[in-house]
Amino acid sequence: MTDKAPTTVLDSLNLGLHTAMQEDSRVYLLGEDLLDPYGGSFKVTRGLSSRFPDRVWTTPISEAGIVGVAGGMALRGLRPVVEIMFGDFTTLIADQLINHLTKFNAMYAGQVGVPVVIRTPMGGRRGYGPTHSQTLEKLYLGVPGLTVLAPFHLRGEMPLGTPGTLLHQAITTTDAPVFFVENKLQYLLPLIQPGEGNEFEMIEIHPGDETRAPFYRVRLQSAPPPRITLAAYGYMAHLAMDALKQLAYQDEIFAELLVPTQLAPFELDPIYDSVQSTHRLLTVEEGSPALGWGAEVLARTAETLGAGLHQAARIGAQGVVVPASPQQEAACLPDVSKIINRAREMVR
Amino acid sequence: MDNHTVLYRQMAAIRSFETLLLDQFSSGIFRGTTHTSLGQEANAVGVLANLSEDDIVVSNHRCHGHFLAYGGDPQALFAELMGKPSGVCGGVGGSQHLHWRNFYSSGIQGGTVPMAVGMALAEKQQNSGAIVVNFMGDGTLGEGIVYESLNMASLWQAPILFVLENNRIAQTTPAHLAIAGSIPQRFEAFNIPAKHLDSSDVLEILPLAGELIEKVRTEQSPHALVIETARLGTHSKGDDTRSPEELAALWAARDPIAIHGARLDESTRQQINQQVEQVIHGAFQAALDSEGGTA
Repeated sequence: MTDKAPTTVLDSLNLGLHTAMQEDSRVYLLGEDLLDPYGGSFKVTRGLSSRFPDRVWTTPISEAGIVGVAGGMALRGLRPVVEIMFGDFTTLIADQLINHLTKFNAMYAGQVGVPVVIRTPMGGRRGYGPTHSQTLEKLYLGVPGLTVLAPFHLRGEMPLGTPGTLLHQAITTTDAPVFFVENKLQYLLPLIQPGEGNEFEMIEIHPGDETRAPFYRVRLQSAPPPRITLAAYGYMAHLAMDALKQLAYQDEIFAELLVPTQLAPFELDPIYDSVQSTHRLLTVEEGSPALGWGAEVLARTAETLGAGLHQAARIGAQGVVVPASPQQEAACLPDVSKIINRAREMVR
Repeated sequence: MDNHTVLYRQMAAIRSFETLLLDQFSSGIFRGTTHTSLGQEANAVGVLANLSEDDIVVSNHRCHGHFLAYGGDPQALFAELMGKPSGVCGGVGGSQHLHWRNFYSSGIQGGTVPMAVGMALAEKQQNSGAIVVNFMGDGTLGEGIVYESLNMASLWQAPILFVLENNRIAQTTPAHLAIAGSIPQRFEAFNIPAKHLDSSDVLEILPLAGELIEKVRTEQSPHALVIETARLGTHSKGDDTRSPEELAALWAARDPIAIHGARLDESTRQQINQQVEQVIHGAFQAALDSEGGTA
């Protein structure tokens, strides 16, 4: 960790972990290959084992076991954070997450809290092939008792605006299990400061009660009223912002983007508010869209707005394994041109 | 009351509770399923008699005996099984999912083992002095997460006693169709010392468990106790594929109430039995009379 303000998502998350461990001695970190000098496969945990050697535990390759141990630690007064090296490996923790950690509070009649944060990177575009490139968080959306968060690559003064702050808040304040979805390419994104040398205007929206992580509404500065609403999170929000610019400059199609940082439990008022004026909604997710996040967003918007929603579409990965070859992988995953093409079809 | 009487009373209470529960299941008062501790009462009473105030118990699907031996209220347990708000967990948990003070149980085989290890590590990190007793069965040994957990318990020296109640049958599957190799050696392979006891006698289980719990506490490291035992009842409500001859032989040789009861004179035994019946039936009736639920 350096004293400089973080400039990338990776730095921000690293700072969030450092800050949480410094502030609260109940915070422990468990995961595979976390120790310095390696500092974790994607380096999110670098520096932590040197600074907090007693509270950073490198573990055997036992994803389910680690999450179970963390659950036990949380039931007895600690606040563990678990890193699952690749999001693909979260299938191994499904029983601990679904049948254990998220059940304890309700099945023990509210007598216990289970403050565990499980962080993991999803996503492809690194050529890692079918078992190291997936985007699987849709499997965990809708699990009762599980909060799912995904950071947005923001810097700035907004209360929860940075990835590190979102993570820090989750670690130090949650009473229930949190599944914190990162993305491999998102790690390297520079943090953007709204309005500072870029074309975007952003506002932070807090739907529902204060315990929910915010939405962000992104528009181009001084743009005319939007004609289509995009919804995306994580790394897809970055692609959608690119699409926002190209649609405006090339096609004079103005769009606004809604970026949730809390995927579950759901509160979609900011999307409904936007679609009430655009009447068009396009969701973008890196996982396959069948039975997924976008499907739920569209369904809820249709249920809420009825005939106010004129057009709806989803962009996502093809419903196949993510190939290792660069050409095949690119064809499989969503990209900026796919977003632009679909948006054009919807507006014209 | 001397110690013999106390132990007998505790075991008789579990026996009475489970017997009444099974008797009443067909009446429709209870919903769902249940797994009784019939035949394994001495394990619960013998092991848990050694606990200190702050120690933690993590149990499994067959948890009623452990809960009652821990000091749990039979009325609250009956009410839980009836799905009533006055139950241990307000009727949400049911038979397998109990939490009261430092007692926790859950119904997924093996799934509570890492949780128990994590609890022990948390107590150690916070220097509370508390240790964890984690019950599992022979059937639990089929689950991979058990071995992940034993590995971490040993690597990180968790203050935990694993108590494996080997009743040699998992639902309907006899151990020889499900378990290869040695049970104690499963623990020893991870450098967790394991004691092996073939007994349903509470006076043999209690001191050995006490010795191991003392070691766990002073050494701050994991130990295991493998108890050969007998499930004298069905797996749940009526599923038992064992022959009447096999069951009769188990009852004759392995009934912990009979084994320990023989040490008391007839009139003391009768007196305790009557008192226990009164308490358990009273608890049942009070639970039945409490508000709400499915009854």
